[in-house]
Amino acid sequence: MIDPFAVKDCALIAIATGQRAHNLRELRDRLETTSAGCIYYHFWGGLLRPSFDDPEYQNDFAVWAYHGLNDRFLAERLALIDPTEFANMEGLRRELIEVIEERLDENELVPWSSAHQQFHFMRSQIVVFDSRIRLTKPEQLREYIPRFTVGSIFYHFVDARRRTPNRSDDFTEWLKGFGNSYNKLLEQIGNLDPYFKSLTELRLHLSSILEENIPT
Amino acid sequence: MTDLLLDQYQEIVGEEVINSLRQLAEPLRGTKVVHVNSTREGGGVAEILHRMIPLKKELGLDPCWEVIVGEGDFYQCTKYMHNTLQGNRFEISRSLLKLYEDTNEENAERLRGQLEEADFVFIHDPQPAPLLSWCSGRKGKWIWRCHIDVSRPYRPVWKYLRDFVEPYDASIWSLAEFAQPLHHPLYLIAPSIDPLSEKNKELSETELQEILKRSKLDPYRPIVAQISRFDRFKDPVGVIQAFRLAKKFVSLQLVLAGGGATDDPEGDEVLAEVKAAAMGDLDIHVMLLPSDAHRTINGLQRISDIVLQKSTKEGFGLTVTEAMWKGKPVIGGEVGGICLQVHNHHTGFLVNTPEGAALRIRYLLTHRDKLEEMGRKARQFILENFLITRHVREYLTLMLAVLQGSEARIELA
Repeated sequence: MIDPFAVKDCALIAIATGQRAHNLRELRDRLETTSAGCIYYHFWGGLLRPSFDDPEYQNDFAVWAYHGLNDRFLAERLALIDPTEFANMEGLRRELIEVIEERLDENELVPWSSAHQQFHFMRSQIVVFDSRIRLTKPEQLREYIPRFTVGSIFYHFVDARRRTPNRSDDFTEWLKGFGNSYNKLLEQIGNLDPYFKSLTELRLHLSSILEENIPT
Repeated sequence: MTDLLLDQYQEIVGEEVINSLRQLAEPLRGTKVVHVNSTREGGGVAEILHRMIPLKKELGLDPCWEVIVGEGDFYQCTKYMHNTLQGNRFEISRSLLKLYEDTNEENAERLRGQLEEADFVFIHDPQPAPLLSWCSGRKGKWIWRCHIDVSRPYRPVWKYLRDFVEPYDASIWSLAEFAQPLHHPLYLIAPSIDPLSEKNKELSETELQEILKRSKLDPYRPIVAQISRFDRFKDPVGVIQAFRLAKKFVSLQLVLAGGGATDDPEGDEVLAEVKAAAMGDLDIHVMLLPSDAHRTINGLQRISDIVLQKSTKEGFGLTVTEAMWKGKPVIGGEVGGICLQVHNHHTGFLVNTPEGAALRIRYLLTHRDKLEEMGRKARQFILENFLITRHVREYLTLMLAVLQGSEARIELA
């Protein structure tokens, strides 16, 4: 018997750490010591905080390189770092530092931001709560997913990658329990890139994939 | 229509958002929450509290709102404090600071029982900040909510205030840029507007026509408006300069309207400067509105083609949020929270000079399709990010987080 899918929701609140970087070398130095939560926030926090859809760059480091340092080369390189490729935050931290050090080596001068455009390190606290909704069959998931809050989508599709052994999402892990019946569906969910979509877009895509693959 | 506020919000933001608010509030049922600020009318803080208290009550919390009172010199002192924290260099006399402390002590005497018994106390802005020092028997969590831009304060004044806010359990800031290092968690929460309030609800076409007529505005020519307190940081004189530059190319009218706040003694002086700058131009309509003229403000924003908020310093800029909610593109100063709301070519334009504002007025009035498209995007952006339901959600999250300490992940049973 497969356990019902427990729909959870989450709310995220941002916290300023008070740490700032005025130039690229300071950013590099702070990245060595800042908490893993900070790095996580600057890659994923944008999904749950007020922000304009369709940003130029997906992570805050790339945005700052572009707007704060006016360094388009660095912004493009930082934007290419995909956090889903790393097993943990330490791997992601190393990659960030590598990219920044490479850029520091290329430049004779350390790029500076203006006083108004410093990089502010932030972290977050996430509160997870149970919606009390339980889904026992994949058909119910198909029916219900358009009504998932963006917090639920974040928890089950993004945050899950930190919690599940395969760095997968909760939908995939649950649907696997139904044997091979949903292989095509699992493949399509696996191809959905959480990093380049807003949570509303992710909900829409998930809903359409589920509708396509689970008969009424 | 239902009497329950939550049901009314549900029609705007959707069922799932309201359900999630109810679930988040459940563990806080019965929690005594006291908000304290320095004015019941005028200004963004009072507006937020007017709407947030009933909403928290409906969610099962036990909230109340208290206002500190003082003499004229107290407000003069806190106005100086406000200006210096936003960067003006000015020495506040020792006698005024003494009055500031004494006034807080007197208010603490009056409110002590309630404050010490509360589970959460939210103190808004510098005016009531010292209350904590007079409530040594407090049992709940105390949070200082800073609504202003303290990113580059005049240091002696910030150092003075810091001693009062350091002992709080946490503080809340509108933007990371504003947050000053303190030895407690610095939470970031942007403010919000209430779509059901008199200032933001839909108005009938008849009422809008009436407001046009009453304001002696020509319905056949474009209207640009800045609706904001008469405060130098809002740069109303810069708006007049921008209007005059744009008027050379397009025929238009300017509305500069604003109310006063009981805690702002400089309003009259700035209004006089604005009237002097507008002198002789019949297309500039300067209006001093009473603090309860919410429907008029609502109407003026709705009949405008473009809304300006050309501030040189801004905490968040709720007038920007209000205008965007009404589907208006905003031309705003590139400062503070305006940058969080106005996205160039999407929801309006960020500018730094009267010339920049004039250029964007001309652009929008000659590209009507863009003006309308930006207005639509602006409304959607506010719907998704800056309505009171999101604000309450963050307050509830913060309260749960503060109760749990500094853990990054809190799983509610």
